[in-house]
Amino acid sequence: MSQIYEAIRSFWLPEQASTTAHVIDAPFMFILIASTIMLIGVTFYLFYLPWKYRRRSSADVPYPVKENHLLEMSWIVIPTILVFIVFFWGFKAHVDTVVAPADAYEVNVQGKKWLWQFNYNEGITTTNELVVPANRPVKLIMNSVDVLHSFYVPEFRIKHDVLPNRYSTVWFEAVRADTFQILCTEYCGTGHSVMGAKVIALGAQEWNEWVASGGGKGIQPGDSPVELGEALYTKNVCNTCHSIDGSSKVGPSFLGHWGETRNFVDGGSAVMDEDYTRESILYPAAHIVEDYQPVMPSYQGQLSDGEVYALIQYIKSINGADVPATFAEGGFGGDGDAGGADAADDAAADAPAAE
Amino acid sequence: MTSVDHKRIGIMYLVAISTFFALGGILALLVRTELAMLGDTIMDADTYNRVFTMHGVVMVFLFIVPSIPASLGNIIMPIQLGAKDVAFPKLNLMSFYLYVAGAFLAILSLRTGGVDTGWTFYTPYSAETGTAVIAMGMGVFVAGFASILTGINFIVTIHKMRAPGLTWNRMPLFCWGLYATSIVQVLATPVIGITMLLLVLERTLGIGIFDPALGGDPVLFQHFFWFYSHPAVYIMILPAFGVISELVTTFSRQKVYGYTAIALSSVAIALLGFLVWGHHMFTSGQSIVSSIVFSMITFLIGIPSGIKIFNWIATMYRGSVWLVTPMLYAISFLFLFTIGGLTGIMVGALAVDIHLHDTYFVVAHFHYVMMGGTVIAMLGGLFYWWPKFTGKLYHEGMGVASAVLVFIGFNMTFFIQFVMGSQGMPRRYADYPDLPWLEPLHQFSTIGSYVLGLGLLLVLFNGIWSLFKGKPAPGNPWGGASLEWTHTTSPPDPHNFSRTPLVTHGPYDYYTVFNGAGDGAMGDGMGDGANRPAPVPVITEGAPQEFDKQIDLGTRQA
Ligand code: HEM
Ligand SMILES: [Cu+2]
Repeated sequence: MSQIYEAIRSFWLPEQASTTAHVIDAPFMFILIASTIMLIGVTFYLFYLPWKYRRRSSADVPYPVKENHLLEMSWIVIPTILVFIVFFWGFKAHVDTVVAPADAYEVNVQGKKWLWQFNYNEGITTTNELVVPANRPVKLIMNSVDVLHSFYVPEFRIKHDVLPNRYSTVWFEAVRADTFQILCTEYCGTGHSVMGAKVIALGAQEWNEWVASGGGKGIQPGDSPVELGEALYTKNVCNTCHSIDGSSKVGPSFLGHWGETRNFVDGGSAVMDEDYTRESILYPAAHIVEDYQPVMPSYQGQLSDGEVYALIQYIKSINGADVPATFAEGGFGGDGDAGGADAADDAAADAPAAE
Repeated sequence: MTSVDHKRIGIMYLVAISTFFALGGILALLVRTELAMLGDTIMDADTYNRVFTMHGVVMVFLFIVPSIPASLGNIIMPIQLGAKDVAFPKLNLMSFYLYVAGAFLAILSLRTGGVDTGWTFYTPYSAETGTAVIAMGMGVFVAGFASILTGINFIVTIHKMRAPGLTWNRMPLFCWGLYATSIVQVLATPVIGITMLLLVLERTLGIGIFDPALGGDPVLFQHFFWFYSHPAVYIMILPAFGVISELVTTFSRQKVYGYTAIALSSVAIALLGFLVWGHHMFTSGQSIVSSIVFSMITFLIGIPSGIKIFNWIATMYRGSVWLVTPMLYAISFLFLFTIGGLTGIMVGALAVDIHLHDTYFVVAHFHYVMMGGTVIAMLGGLFYWWPKFTGKLYHEGMGVASAVLVFIGFNMTFFIQFVMGSQGMPRRYADYPDLPWLEPLHQFSTIGSYVLGLGLLLVLFNGIWSLFKGKPAPGNPWGGASLEWTHTTSPPDPHNFSRTPLVTHGPYDYYTVFNGAGDGAMGDGMGDGANRPAPVPVITEGAPQEFDKQIDLGTRQA
């Protein structure tokens, strides 16, 4: 019996990976089973009645039917009772799961077109990877820097809209150390369907190590900037807007413009060099290239100097320019903080005024 | 094109609406085709967003809101009431042209790049996106007036133009459905009008009602929007209830079971429908208390719809069920709408909706209601009244084939979407790189949509075939008992009736009508097999019948 129940549940619903998932699945399953029984009943009569009372000749005269009050009462009262059970259950399950425990670990979440950024109290910032301790309640305090988004983790059965003008919260407790999918479920434009991210739930030990290391291992002098840049290109979702094959997406391609003069909508222009590229990453609104919209988010505070440097080297390498093999060679001693310690800086506050 | 005859206006609407249905359908197939495979296959994300938005806008504002009332309602309702025309024939024509103007504006937005906001136009996205939201907003605004005027026209017609003897409780349920719809149209449509106007002002003048940077509130837009759009789903479904009531009774040759319950619950649904808009916003951050209240009222409204389904099914009991095309559509409606309703209970349950909101589960749910409900009912109604307003019979074989194809195609397309949704597939996704294992399910759905498309093409073909090759239709091919069948020819003459009919019985009193006896004659002997009244005369395909002769010869009296 319970095996059949489990089979039905896993056909319809993803795995239960949070402590509250089963509370929400219970009414789902109740409605599903009650509905299936009801539907089978209805379907039976939809076949049986037209067959039993099919027209045998154009001269058929049907028997008049008197209304049967008992029958009517039964089909009014039974569904009403069922519906109230469902209402009550749905409401109770919601109230029981919506409030975060007081001791929850808090993470700040920002939705931006089209990425998720997570700010931890330890001064760590990550993009599209929400690293949390497993088996411990985590509360997310979320807002958006642009349009509406919605934070959804199917395995946890949690979802909440992320709004530009106020904070919303959602919480979960992952039942084991694993990786789970985050999806955006409020339509937000071009990159809506690629605004996915991961929850990475770590065991207690790994979690402590992760926090202690400042959220990563940091850049070593011997690392290759191009390799790091390539990883950052997808990790920070530059790829949703910038191609590396020359095709123009929401933003210009990384291929083919290095060293060129770029014309801006405000009439100015600049050569695409290291300085210009750095400015574009940190203060994207300062200059807008002709034919594009000012939609790129600022990466100020999210990327360390070393990471920005790595991205620039990566873009150069795509265009065939000479690039150093290691950070040391390029004059970078490694900044030891891939997470960006200045995460708290307000990106907009110190952006240079547009000329 | 300048005729004020309600039947002609209805047919003009029918043509326009069908055109938009076809357009919306083609867009839907493009959407499904893109989703059949991971990655960009036939279009990029921006194009996809414009295509699904246009699909939604066209289907909702240009097709389904006007669909049944403006076409079948316009053609049939005045005849069912025994009236010569609607109360304000010129206003009726004006609504049609407003509708066309609104549609034109909406289509115009394509020239400036199309709209990529989804049919819900949520701010702040819609206030800042670079596309043609203004033209689209104005299109919806103008088309809204058409809807309001039609509503007013119908309400006045029903109050003032009923033939002598056609009391409220002798009014066909189709008219009751339209009556309830019209109330909602008149009360709710101004709200979407204002909302669209505010959106346009927000974009052009930056008045800051919705923009948080100017102290506005983007969620306010959602309240405004759903304050219209939830009642609007009743604008879409109530006329369908009306059509189904007519089909089930005629083809079972049995009085509608629970006439009063069906008639009054439509009005109750129309009014309660104004109090549930917040169930679209359970995850938006509205207070928990409001969520609970909205969830509760949502369930209250569900109950009458369920009862109606039982009533329709019970109507077949001990009837004489004639399985021709319209009845097949009616039965498929009963099945599909039941699924739509039951999954509505699912998304109405607060905790469960948190998981399901904005996923394909919702997409499947509203297609079961809107397409499985309204569109299927409309198709059934079209086949049913087709002989009446065109004077031609359609091809029965093709009709049955279309009903079967549509039924299979529809379920293939949308049933699987429930599973995808509850497994976590969000809606409005141009691609699903994070959920690649859903690809086969999407493919199945896409194949289903082609089958569905084929079924719908067959309907179109049947119509065209019938206009050229169809046999002439008798006045009452189905043995219906309401005025459009018993008192007019097919097609009805320009003034519908040569003299105003005097109504002495209810719309489904098959006994009375076909025995020529007055009220009361059906009293005894009912339910008593030995003492059955004389058989109903009618109904072999195409054969002119007793009544038609009488109507043709002018000898039939009311
Ligand atoms: C051939 C039949 C149809 C197919 C295959 C189809 C398919 C689709 C698909 C795939 C979507 C996109 C879902 C998403 O990503 O959010 C969609 C959205 C939608 N459809 Fe349909 N559809 C069909 C008919 C209809 C009909 C008849 C109506 C209403 C009268 C309708 C109303 C809508 C609406 C309102 C949306 C939402 C648009 C939005 O999200 O902005 N569809 N449809
Ligand atoms: Cu989003």
